Amino acid sequence: MLGAARRSALNIGVRVGARRTLKSVTSGIFSTKITRSNGGDRVRLYSSKVVPLTAETYADKVKWNPEFKKLDDEDIKYFTSVLNNANDIITDEQDLLFYNEDWMRKYKGQSQLVLKPRTTEQVLEIILYCNKNKLAVVPQGGNTGLVGGSVPVFDEIVLSLANMNKIRSFDDVSGILKCDAGLILENADNFLAENGYIFPLDLGAKGSCFVGGVVATNAGGLRLLRYGSLHGSVLGLEAVLPDGTIYNSMHSLRKDNTGYDLKQLLIGSEGTLGVITGVSILCPSRPQAVNVAFLAVSSYEAVQKVFVGARKELLEILSAFEFMDDKSQILTARHLGLEHPIESGQYPFYILIETSGSNKDHDDEKLETFLGNMMEEGLVDDGIIAQDETQLKSLWTWREAISEASTIGGGVYKYDVSIPLADLYSLVEDTSARLKEAGMVDIDDDSKPVVEAIGYGHVGDGNLHLNVSVREYSKAIEEVLEPFVYEWIQNKKGSISAEHGLGFQKKNYIGYSKSDVEIEMIKDIKNHYDPNGIMNPYKYV
Amino acid sequence: MTKSLTAATPEIMSSKLKILVPVKRVIDFAIKPRINKAQTGVETKGVKFSMNPFCDIALEESLRIKEANKGLVEKIHAVSIGPTKAQDILRTALAKGVDTTTLVDVGEEEVEPLQVAKILKKVVEKEDSNIVILGKQAIDDDANQTGQMLAGLLNWPQATNASKVEFSGDDVIITREVDGGADTLKAKLPVVITTDLRLNEPRYASLPNIMKAKKKPLEKLKPADLGIELAKKLETLKVEEPPVREPGVVVASVDELVSKLKEFKAI
Ligand SMILES: Cc1cc2nc3c(=O)[nH]c(=O)nc-3n(C[C@H](O)[C@H](O)[C@H](O)COP(=O)(O)OP(=O)(O)OC[C@H]3O[C@@H](n4cnc5c(N)ncnc54)[C@H](O)[C@@H]3O)c2cc1C
Repeated sequence: MLGAARRSALNIGVRVGARRTLKSVTSGIFSTKITRSNGGDRVRLYSSKVVPLTAETYADKVKWNPEFKKLDDEDIKYFTSVLNNANDIITDEQDLLFYNEDWMRKYKGQSQLVLKPRTTEQVLEIILYCNKNKLAVVPQGGNTGLVGGSVPVFDEIVLSLANMNKIRSFDDVSGILKCDAGLILENADNFLAENGYIFPLDLGAKGSCFVGGVVATNAGGLRLLRYGSLHGSVLGLEAVLPDGTIYNSMHSLRKDNTGYDLKQLLIGSEGTLGVITGVSILCPSRPQAVNVAFLAVSSYEAVQKVFVGARKELLEILSAFEFMDDKSQILTARHLGLEHPIESGQYPFYILIETSGSNKDHDDEKLETFLGNMMEEGLVDDGIIAQDETQLKSLWTWREAISEASTIGGGVYKYDVSIPLADLYSLVEDTSARLKEAGMVDIDDDSKPVVEAIGYGHVGDGNLHLNVSVREYSKAIEEVLEPFVYEWIQNKKGSISAEHGLGFQKKNYIGYSKSDVEIEMIKDIKNHYDPNGIMNPYKYV
Repeated sequence: MTKSLTAATPEIMSSKLKILVPVKRVIDFAIKPRINKAQTGVETKGVKFSMNPFCDIALEESLRIKEANKGLVEKIHAVSIGPTKAQDILRTALAKGVDTTTLVDVGEEEVEPLQVAKILKKVVEKEDSNIVILGKQAIDDDANQTGQMLAGLLNWPQATNASKVEFSGDDVIITREVDGGADTLKAKLPVVITTDLRLNEPRYASLPNIMKAKKKPLEKLKPADLGIELAKKLETLKVEEPPVREPGVVVASVDELVSKLKEFKAI
C-alpha cells in the first residue's frame, strides 16, 4: 500500500546530492571524490596530497605563544578522570588528523589531544582546568568552517562538541527548539520537519556542521533572505566561559528588554569567548509548497534586474535568490560528472530562485507569471522549473555543490564578501584579470597553479563568494590575491567577511572592515572574558 | 535469449508510431507517505503530488524515440486517469514535448488496475495508438498490473520492465533486465511496453516550453464518455504503518561490538 518501490527500487534513481558527498569529504575519504568526478581528470585531483602545517606555511605571520603550557601526561590523566570514557579522548596520531585538518585542506594544526565531552559539566571542568593551567583550546563543531578557525594552529587542545548532540526540547506551539550545540544541522532540521517546522538556516554543509558551529560563526546561508540572521532567530544560549561561569539564557523569551543582550556577543564569536553548549532557537513553520526555478541570463545586469523583479512580484513567497557564474557551473559539472540541466547552451550567469509558501497553486501561478514576464522582457534566456521533489533537489545541487567543486583541483582560496550589489561581480572580473596577467590561470592546463576564479553567492543579501580554485596552495598565488582583494573591498566600503567569519585567514585583515575604535572594543571584550587568551588563540582579532 | 512475439490477431502494420503514454499523479517520490487517522488510506491533504517516476521514464522514452528516429513518430499522446488536479502532470508532459493529452477525470475515486486498463483500451482505440509505453508500476499502489492487463484486453504483445527500446525495420527490440542478465525480445507493432528504472533519466521541463504548454488545449473526459462505468472489486479494510525498527547503536571498538553482539545473542 505504501509503495515499497518508493524506498527500494527507486533509490537507484535518486540523483547525486551535495550532502552525501560532503559527509564523505569531511570524514577524509577523498577517494569518493575521484570516482565521482569523471571528466574531472582535466582538473587534476590531489587526493593524496599532504596538507601543509599552518605553523610552517605561515611561519612569518604567527609564532607559538610561550605563555601557554605544553600538554603533558598529568593533563591527560586529569582529562581522563573528567571524561571517564576512553572513546571520548583521542590521542592517536591518525585519528587526530580529522580534527587537525580543515575542510579546505588548507590549514593543519598539530594538536595531540581531542576531548569529546558529553555534558555541560564536563565542558566546565575541562575549561576551568585549561584556564588555570594556561592550556589553549579550540572549540570545534562539524569542522566545516572556511576560514581556518575550527582547527588548531599549533598544539591547542581540540574540544569537540560531537558527543553533545541531543534535542533537549521542542515546543510545537511556539516553534522553539532547544538543543545541544553538537547536534548536526540536518538532524535538527529533519526532526523539525517531522513536526512541521523548519530550521531558519540552511547551507551546503548541513549534513556535517553543528547547530553550535553555525551559531558560533553566525552563518548566513541560503535562506537568510527569508528567515533573517541568527542574531534574530537565536533566542537563548548556554555557554561555558573561561572563568567557569555557565552563561545560560535558554529560558527563551521572544521579547526581553532587560539589560544587555549578552547572547549576541557569543553569536559569531568563533570560539574566542567561550564554548557554546546549548542553543535555543525560534523555528518557523515549514512551507508546504516549495518551488525551484533555475534560470540562464546573459549579463550581471540582468541578474540584478531579475532580483528586483523577484522581490516585487514574488514578494512574500521568495525564499532564496542565488546566482552563479558560468565558470562555477563548468567546475560543478566536472565535479558531479553530469551534464548541466540547462541544455540550450552556456550562459554567462545562472540564477536559482526558490519560493516557499502555503498554497501550491497560488505559488505556481505567481512564479510562472513572473518568469513569463521576465522572458518576455528578454531578461531571462532559458530556464527550468522543477516538476518534482527529486528535480528540486537536483537543481539545488548545482548551487550547493559549487563549494566542493571549487576544490577539485586540490585547493581553494575563499573570499566571502559583502559589497553593494551593483559592484558585486566586478570583483571576480578584476581578480580574474589579475591572475591572467600573472600568467597563473588555466582551467585545463595542469602546469598553471590556478584553475579558475569563480563567483557565486547570495545576491539577495549582497553577498558574493569569490573562490579561486587552485592546484596547490602557494605564497605566490596568495601574494597576487592578498591584500589585493581586501583593498578592493575596502575601496567599495564592503565587508571582507560577510558570513564565514575571521578565523585564522582574516585575523590580520579585520582593519579593512572595522575601525580602530571598533577593534579596540572587540579586544576589550575578549580580554575581559578570556584574560589568559586560551580560547581559540592566534585567530579572530 | 531472443524470442519473437506476435499478436494473436494480425493487425495492419503501420510504419508511423502513434504513441500513447499513460501518466499517473502520485504522492511525490521524495515524500514519506503517512497513514490517515481513519486508517483507510494515505493522507493526501497538504502533500505534494508529482508524476509517477516510472511514468516519467515512459514519457521520456517516447520523446527520445521521436527525437532519435526522424519521421518515425506521428504523435505522442499522454493520458492521465485521476482527479482534476492530474492536469498538472499533463501540463508537464506537454511542456516536455508530448503533442496532445487527455484527462479522464474520475474525481477523488481510486481506480483499480483493471478499470484503468479498460479505460486505456478505450483511449487506445480513440487515439488509434499502435504502441503504448507506460510505467511498470505506480509507486502508490505498487500493483504492477496495468500494462499486462491492457495488453491482454487489446490482445497485443507485451514487453514488461524494459531497460532498452530500439527500432529496426518493422521490429521493436526490447531489452529487459532479468536476474543475472538481459532478455531481448522482438515484436511487431502494435505493442505494449512497460518501463523499468534504468531505461533513461527524465529531462527537465524548460521554461519556454512550460509557457507554451500553458496555452495548449487539454481534452477532458469522464469515464462515461468512454462508455466505462467505474466499479470497485476490492475493498480496503485497513492500512497500517510497517513496524518501527529498533534504532541501531554506534559502537566505538571491536571489543564493544563483540560484547554487544553477545548481548543480543547474535554470536
Ligand atoms: C560546503 C559548505 C558550504 C557552506 N555554506 C555556507 C553558507 O552558505 N553560509 C555560511 O555562513 N557559511 C557557510 N559555510 C561555512 C560555515 O561557517 C560552516 O559550515 C558552519 O557555520 C560551521 O559550523 P561547524 O559546526 O562546522 O563549525 P566549525 O567549522 O567546527 O567551527 C567554526 C568556528 O566556530 C567555533 N565553534 C564551533 N562550535 C563552537 C561551540 N560550540 N562553541 C564555541 N565555538 C564554536 C570554532 O572554534 C570555529 O572558530 C559553508 C561551509 C561548507 C563546507
